[in-house]
Formats: sequence, structure tokens, C-alpha cells
Amino acid sequence: MPETAALLAHLESMRRIRSFEEEVTRLRATGDIVGSVHLCNGQEAIYVGACAALDLSRDAVFPTYRGHGWTLACGAPPHALFAELLGRATGINGGRGGSAYLSAPEYGMYGENSIVGAGAPIAAGAALAATFDGSGRVALAAFGDGAMNQGAVHEAMNFAAVRALPVIFLVENNHYSELTPIADMVRVDRLFKRASAYGMPGARIDGNDPEAVRQAVAEAVRRARSGAGPVLLEAMTQRIVGHYIGDAQHYRPSGDLDAALAAEPIGRLARELLGLGVAQSELDELEARVAREIADASARALADPVADPTTVLEHLYA
Amino acid sequence: MPETKNLSYAESVNAALRRALAERPEALLFGEDVAAPGGVFGVTKGLRREFGDRVFDTPISESAILGGAVGAAMFGRRPIAEIMWADFSLVALDQLVNQAANVRYVSRGSLSAPLTVRTQQGNAPGACAQHSQSLEAFFAHVPGLRVCLPATHQDAYDLLLSAIWCNDPVIVIENRTLYHAGKQQVQLGGDVQPVGGAAVRRPGRDVTVLTWGALQHRVLEAAGRLAGDGIEAEVLDARWVRPLDLEAVLASVRRTGRLVVAHEAHTVGGVGGEVLAAVAEAGLPLRCPPVRIGAPDTRIPAAPGLAAAVIPSTEVIAEAITKSVRA
Ligand SMILES: Cc1ncc(C[n+]2csc(CCOP(=O)(O)OP(=O)(O)O)c2C)c(N)n1
Repeated sequence: MPETAALLAHLESMRRIRSFEEEVTRLRATGDIVGSVHLCNGQEAIYVGACAALDLSRDAVFPTYRGHGWTLACGAPPHALFAELLGRATGINGGRGGSAYLSAPEYGMYGENSIVGAGAPIAAGAALAATFDGSGRVALAAFGDGAMNQGAVHEAMNFAAVRALPVIFLVENNHYSELTPIADMVRVDRLFKRASAYGMPGARIDGNDPEAVRQAVAEAVRRARSGAGPVLLEAMTQRIVGHYIGDAQHYRPSGDLDAALAAEPIGRLARELLGLGVAQSELDELEARVAREIADASARALADPVADPTTVLEHLYA
Repeated sequence: MPETKNLSYAESVNAALRRALAERPEALLFGEDVAAPGGVFGVTKGLRREFGDRVFDTPISESAILGGAVGAAMFGRRPIAEIMWADFSLVALDQLVNQAANVRYVSRGSLSAPLTVRTQQGNAPGACAQHSQSLEAFFAHVPGLRVCLPATHQDAYDLLLSAIWCNDPVIVIENRTLYHAGKQQVQLGGDVQPVGGAAVRRPGRDVTVLTWGALQHRVLEAAGRLAGDGIEAEVLDARWVRPLDLEAVLASVRRTGRLVVAHEAHTVGGVGGEVLAAVAEAGLPLRCPPVRIGAPDTRIPAAPGLAAAVIPSTEVIAEAITKSVRA
């Protein structure tokens, strides 16, 4: 049984991500943030659990475009992320990355990818580098269930398996690829089964339990660092929001969203902590602290200067 | 210590790879059949034996090869990835265009992907439709990529080293008709040149003929023949189509007052059109309309006789040069 303190830390990290996404929703509605934004509400346990198992001073995470949560879980400051989404000069990528192409390598986060599945071969490359540089680095490629049908993902899994590369392929199975249920797109919806075809271990894990995710990823990290090669983990989860902000989710059958809300990880862990004897007031305090932190970060980012258009040609070539 | 050796074009590439692997311990060489077999054209022969694990064979997985190169480059390796035929890069163009070319820019310089892609292209007798295309304009269109086409044995050595030393993603497009078409004296071990810069292959006063890649040899042949008719064509080898050495083109055109661009790639949407536009924009007075020579708008057919009708011949090139000078 993990320490209550560790569970409280998981809850705080998940709550920070949720509050961040709620504030992004508000800033999108006011028009301060523009364009297509993909939120990760409901999937927080995966990011928090996985990052707790990684050593982000050397390991490398390659998430999808639904990557605000990953970036925060890696430890990037909310202010720099808000500023990035708001196109501010203080943004973590100076306004060049935006919501869907954030990167924060100083926190172990090597770039979201808006091309579904494209991060998988890049993560394999990061792992390949590790087999030569003695860093002991493990690369983690995260992508959705829909991305499992991309050729690049298959190529990356085979390449990593045949060369025993230290990479973890982590599927965030939220049951939908955009607006289409994964069950309509594959004959075998137990996606982790594909691992055996490439000669690597695969497992389905509870993606709503940060501690379960942490343990599975920690085991995969240990294995990868020992030279035993890649692993495919399928973390079962759900979106409690649309594919993008503004998605009316007409495609979700009745009851689907209620079931998702009942299973989502933040309420679940809060209930668990109450059961372990943690006081409601302590949880309220945690919530208020995170809310203040996020409100403050957002307000500061809004007050920052916008990115300078005269710099737009910079950083194309070395 | 610089030394001169009599080498084929393929051996010149091999010598550059050997030097890069020896001088840059972070260099990796990989691709389909490059290690144990030494490459389907024999270009990478002996390198596996010499450099061990840093030279390895990959699955037939272009996305994994190029994506793996991007990821490895982000972490301090110098990947040199081979794409066996340029046509095959199309199955994994995402990794070049959306990934490699992007990463420095969108991370505001905190990440980069200094990788080299070696490939070869062009038509040769018996090559099929999917093994004959000239794709440099595809790559040259993409900000963030650099593209060169070595056409001499010396350049096969020099440009590849410039590419590997460069901190940006570079695509080196070789041509398989050159690999084993005779030996030349090649200077090895000289300074690694910075990226860019055209080369005058034949000086002349009457017309500037800008070209690159294997077609250059037909252009030189045409220029040689025309010299007998009193036409002195200046043949300029662009070598790098990105960054294009526009200064060298303008300087030459300023002297000759005439411009012909000849490439093996399709004329429509090709780099030739870009050069003509740049010359027009520079406002240089021309003595006759500029000319583009390239493949007409059709697919590349299998039969050598048909393909020969598509790829610009020495005669077609000579005729175009003559027409522009006599215009
Ligand atoms: C190569 C590619 N094809 C299509 C898209 C358009 N697209 C954006 S998100 C998405 C669905 C991805 O679903 P999944 O991988 O399950 O991830 P999730 O959105 O569920 O996190 C699609 C098809 C894309 N971005 N990239």
C-alpha cells in the first residue's frame, strides 16, 4: 500500500493539470487562446503515474498533440505554458509551438506531435542514441488508440524490438480516435496484444490509477534500462471532454459520458484518500492551493508581451 | 593530411563516410542493406567491419529509419541515414518535412535534428516508374531542410562531409548512374567546407547554363560541342539547391546576359522556375527570354527508348542553348 503522502502528491499533480485545462477552456472561450485545442481531462493519471516512474533528468517523453498534461507532469511551469498558448514572448517556445507542438526538453519533454503516431519512431531514435551514449536514458512514446493504426507506430515497434531499444510505447486508450470509436476501426480491440507480434511484452493497465501506471511504467523502465528492450503498455482511460474544445460529442452514446465521469481519476483518488482517513478539509485546501497557483500563472501570462513578429525568421537553421 | 586518390564516385562517397565515422565518434550510419552487405550499390562496403555497431542494417521501414535519425540526432548523435532510392523517401516524408525540418524552429532553438539523409535518384535504362524520379524540388521547397546534389567525384566526397558536419537536416542526393562510371583523382582529407556555393564547371561569355546533378554531364557535353560552333556557354553547377547560391547565378548572368537552367526533374514546379523568378526579381536585363529545360509533364516510362524521350538529352540541351544565343 503506497504512502498517503505519495497519493496526495499524485492528486495534486492531477488537479494541477485539470485546473490548467479548465483555465485553458475559459481562455479559449474569451478568445485569448485561438485555434484548435485538445484537452486531456480524464487522462491525468497516465501522465502523473508515468512521470513519477521516469528520471526526467535523463529520460525523454514524446507525447501527442494532447500534451498539456504530459508537459505539466514533467514539471514545466504553468505560467510558461499559458504564455505559449497565448502567443506570448515568454511562452516556453516563444509562441512557435502553441498548444499542439509544445516542447520543454529541460524538463524531459521532447515535443508534442500533431502528426498522429509520428513520435514513436523519434522516441525509438532517442532510445537508439542511448544505446551509444551510455546515458541510460529511456524514451517514452505516448499516443492514442487511433494512432496504433499508423504505419510509423508499427515500424517503430518492430525497429525498437529488433534492436532491443530502451523505449516504452504507451497507448492512452480513451476509446475514441477523434470522433470514431476504436472498436469500429480494429478487429482486435485489445491493442496491447500487438506487442507479441513484435516479440516484446505487452500489458493492459488501469489508466485511471496513477499508482498502477507508476508501477507498470517503473517495471518497463527497469527492464529497458537493463537492456531487455521495449514494452507496449495499453492504459485504459477516457476523455471527459470533447476531442477538441467545441466538440459537442454527439457521437457519444447516452451513458458514455456519465460512465467516464464516474471512472475519472481525480474523483476516484479523492474518494480513496477519504477512505484512508484523509480529512475533507485537507483535500479542499489542496484544491484551493492549486487553483490559486493556476489563476496566478494565467493572469501573469495574460499580462506578458505578445511574441515579437520581427523574430519570426529566427531559429530556422543553425 | 590531404592525399589524392583515384576513386570512383561510389568510392568517394565511401571515403567521406569513413572519414566522418572516424573523426566524429557520434556518427552513426544506417539504412537498408548498408552494413553487412555494404549497400546495394556497394557504396558502404567495409564500413561495418571497420566501425562495428555504429554501422547497422535496418528493417525496410523508412519512417523508422528517418524518425530514428531525428530522435538520435536530437540526442547528440550524427545519424547518416540511407534511403535506398529517393522515391522511397515519399513513404516517410513526414519525418523529414513535419519533424526534422520543424524541430529547431518550434522549440526556438532548444532542440535540433542535425541528420544527414543519403539517397540517390534519377533515371537509368531499365529503371521503373517508381525508381526514376528526381525529387529535389520537393525537399528544396521545405524551409528548415538543406539539399545538395553532388555531380563530381570530388563533390561526392566534399558535399557529403559538409552535410554531416552541418547542424541542420541535410539531404544529399546522389545519382546511381555516377556510382561506377569511371574513376577520377579525388583529394581526401582537406578542410570540410561550409554548406552552399555553386561551382563554375566551364567558363564562357555567351550564356549562363545553370544545372545540377547527373544532367550536368550532358550539359558539359553540349557546351563542348557548341564551342565548335563558336558558342561559349558558361556551365554553373548549383550543387546546393537549398541554400541556392543566387549570387553566383546573378554574377554570371550579369556577364552573359542569357540564362538557361537545365535539370532532370520535371519542369513544372521545379527549382528551375524558382531560379528564373529570382533572376527576374533581381531585375537583370536579359538579351533573350530565359529558358528552362527539364522533364516534360509526364510519368517516367519503363522502356529505355520512351524514357530517353522524357529526360533532356545532350541534343535537346544543345539546341536550347543555341536558340537562346542566336535569338
Ligand atoms: C497522420 C494524421 N492523420 C490524421 C490526423 C487527424 N487527427 C487528429 S487527432 C486524430 C485522432 C487521434 O486519435 P487517437 O490516436 O486515439 O488519440 P486521442 O485523440 O484519442 O488522444 C486524428 C485522426 C492527424 N493529426 N495526423
